[in-house]
Amino acid sequence: MFDPTLAEIRFGTGLSQRAVAPNSIGVMLSGLTAVDEMARQFPVEPYNDYRLRIRDFNQARKMFRRNRGKPDQEVYNQARKAIARDARRVYGDMFRNAFLRRIHTETGFRERLTFFWQDHFTARGKSALAKRATGPYVEEAIRPNISGKFEDLLIAAIMHPLMLTYLDQAQSAGPNSKVAKRAADRGRVRGLNENLAREVLELHTLGVSAGYTQKDVRQLAELFTGLSIDKELLFTFRSAISEPGAETVLGEEYAVQASLDNIKDVLSNLARHPATARHISEKLARHFLSDHPDASVVAALEAAYRDTDGDLMAVYAALLNHPASWHSDAVKVKRPYDFMATALRALDVGESTLSRTREKDLRNILYIPMQIMGQPWEAPNGPDGWPEENTHWITPQFMAARLQWALAAPRALRRNLPDPREFARAALGERLPRDVAFVAEAAENRWEGIALVLTSPAFQRQ
Amino acid sequence: MTERLSRRKFLGWSSVLGCSAAASPLMTPVSLASAPGDRRLIVIILRGGMDGIDVLRPWGDRAFAEMRPNLAKEQNNALQITDFHGVHAGLKHLLPLWQAGDLGFVQATSTPYRDKRSHFDGQDILEAGTVDLAPLGRRTGWLNRLLPYLPGAVERTAFAIGREDMLLLTGDASVSNWSPEVDLTLSSQGMRLLELMMQSDPDMGAAMAQAIALAGSDGDSVTFDMSEQGMMDEMMADAQEARKGKTHLKIADFAAEQLRGESRIASFSISGWDTHANQQRALNAPLSRLSETILRIKQELGKKVWDKTTILCMTEFGRTVRENGTKGTDHGTGGTMIMAGGAVRGGRVFGGWPGLADSELYQGRDLMPTSDVRAWAAWAMHDSFGVPQSALESGVFGGLDMGASPGLLL
Repeated sequence: MFDPTLAEIRFGTGLSQRAVAPNSIGVMLSGLTAVDEMARQFPVEPYNDYRLRIRDFNQARKMFRRNRGKPDQEVYNQARKAIARDARRVYGDMFRNAFLRRIHTETGFRERLTFFWQDHFTARGKSALAKRATGPYVEEAIRPNISGKFEDLLIAAIMHPLMLTYLDQAQSAGPNSKVAKRAADRGRVRGLNENLAREVLELHTLGVSAGYTQKDVRQLAELFTGLSIDKELLFTFRSAISEPGAETVLGEEYAVQASLDNIKDVLSNLARHPATARHISEKLARHFLSDHPDASVVAALEAAYRDTDGDLMAVYAALLNHPASWHSDAVKVKRPYDFMATALRALDVGESTLSRTREKDLRNILYIPMQIMGQPWEAPNGPDGWPEENTHWITPQFMAARLQWALAAPRALRRNLPDPREFARAALGERLPRDVAFVAEAAENRWEGIALVLTSPAFQRQ
Repeated sequence: MTERLSRRKFLGWSSVLGCSAAASPLMTPVSLASAPGDRRLIVIILRGGMDGIDVLRPWGDRAFAEMRPNLAKEQNNALQITDFHGVHAGLKHLLPLWQAGDLGFVQATSTPYRDKRSHFDGQDILEAGTVDLAPLGRRTGWLNRLLPYLPGAVERTAFAIGREDMLLLTGDASVSNWSPEVDLTLSSQGMRLLELMMQSDPDMGAAMAQAIALAGSDGDSVTFDMSEQGMMDEMMADAQEARKGKTHLKIADFAAEQLRGESRIASFSISGWDTHANQQRALNAPLSRLSETILRIKQELGKKVWDKTTILCMTEFGRTVRENGTKGTDHGTGGTMIMAGGAVRGGRVFGGWPGLADSELYQGRDLMPTSDVRAWAAWAMHDSFGVPQSALESGVFGGLDMGASPGLLL
């Protein structure tokens, strides 16, 4: 059953010389509802603050264009550049802090779950500054909601301004809405966009194999009209673009008068749907345990989900209390972010080092290599997030990229590298296999020894 | 002192790993067997659902401009390629290929995938080449299923290139994959220890062994007893390269290098075609990446190989015929396939035109497909490698009716 080393490796952020490992399932769970110490120590600007940068940038750019060729042009140009520079610096800090949280945390399960949900509700901004707003979105919509009910997490994510822009909801208008009719009178088209509605059904709730139809997608898209953002880039509900009339989604009719309550209702109903319980349970089991998890563990999560209408703490408890969770074979391959962060944690590269590492070096040492390992930071290909299967990550180029990084990054970040033999014990604890111990001992120099430990199958799997 | 990883050492390693044939792509000898024929096939997956009628514009259809008040505002005579069709300005650099007969299109074509219009399902079906979604975990791609029909095919015959997972080339037949961004260096002692350690994990070991062979194939050695500073400089240089964002050109170069050699099939993807809003602007970038890629491949292959090459650019579905309320288009059905290469019977548009009037649309919203995109791919494989029609219809695409030869290739 429970084993602190496995807890840190499989459900946490890896072994650390510094942080205290959880000594029971109870501690792992209560850590999720305790004060978020990492968010406090290594802050990430919430969207509500970050959006001011986007707003101010857009305004400065507008003024710059409006004053083209006029004396004030340069003033706005400078203003625009200063805001962009600031946003880049903030983004660098957020990136750094994402690693620092993983390096320093004593509740690694919280970090892992936050990333899991961030991935489930993938959203990205589209304009230059908004592209860097994923961290702020996660900080505001995802992180505070990972230990509540799934429906609250769903509503927070779906109704967030960043999601509304990412999946084109903010501009979608009901074809029979006031705004669309007025536009039509002037010969312009304003209409429906089904992107968000489709992804909510396919990715966020029921899953693609559930029995919904194109008609459900369309109706949900009509029901969603009105979800939008205002000039301040904050959430707003615009009844003027909302499609009049009742909509029917999965056989359930939602009232004629469109409102935010209707939309919350449909999301709650989707969240409580049995297909959602199954989809989420399978996804959690696949993420933490195996690409092909035991049917019994999925069933246990599903039962916990259904019994509690999606209380996530109950689902996590079912996961941690299932014997399959403590199977001693590590199966899942760490994804690049997990791989790099656990490596830095094992190497004890901490706050003092990362905070004095220049932005440019952080890019070269962490940001770009992660891209080459196949996981560009906060930039998955589509709203389905990162692939889960091991086969996606165990390929020649990704394995080579990990080795290449393991050879160079530790030296770039630590002046004195540890003895590889000690490092192997620190990184793998009682799970250090004999061949890895031998390799650490036989390496010609410290940096290759450390690289080999990091590239060992034992370290790369969780 | 530098030392390239010798083939004997490399093969020795693979046998030490003791992998099963299924787990290891190393069981087939690398670079030794003769290549099957001398035709080349490149399949580029355009991820995101390319708007076929924005790329190949049916100006001859009166409904076209009506349906797209913003997207089809102006007709540019310089881009008119037939009496009926023009092309998007993003393809203008490819027009000389059209004139030379090295560029062609298939209009109104689609996979059998219809109503859900999900990218992920759409791409899976396109790459799996099936009628329905195959059960998860048992998926193979049609380009992989082609390989057993090529006499003398070896692992290096087919290459999946780039960072992305290509279902198209996934399957029982051994293929190679590589991202040309990665470079690798390790001391000879480090190499031996890595080899030893990887014995405990056949999957990872096989991938690592292949990585070392591939990293060594670009001219730099892998086993490299260099100084610590040299190693740091290398890593920084690689990182700088990747920042420049010209990955598609590196991929084109790598593909061309392999195809000039013994490889015959390469596949990779170009993304960025999901244009829900402001399509007019959003389509330019992926179209120029595609154009640059094709032109670079042509240049790097040289005339002799280019003349034997077919490039098929396919996407998971087209987009709605009407533009949406946000000057973009949503997921639709009938799309366009782009073909390039000296082996292509170019300078023409293949496939029937269904029309854009309301009554002619699929479900009142999408371009009605008039052909199965798999049939075109099947004819390209038939004409390139002489694979019998029966094998393509049953083994590669289960149950496909290829119809009569459209004379796609020269």
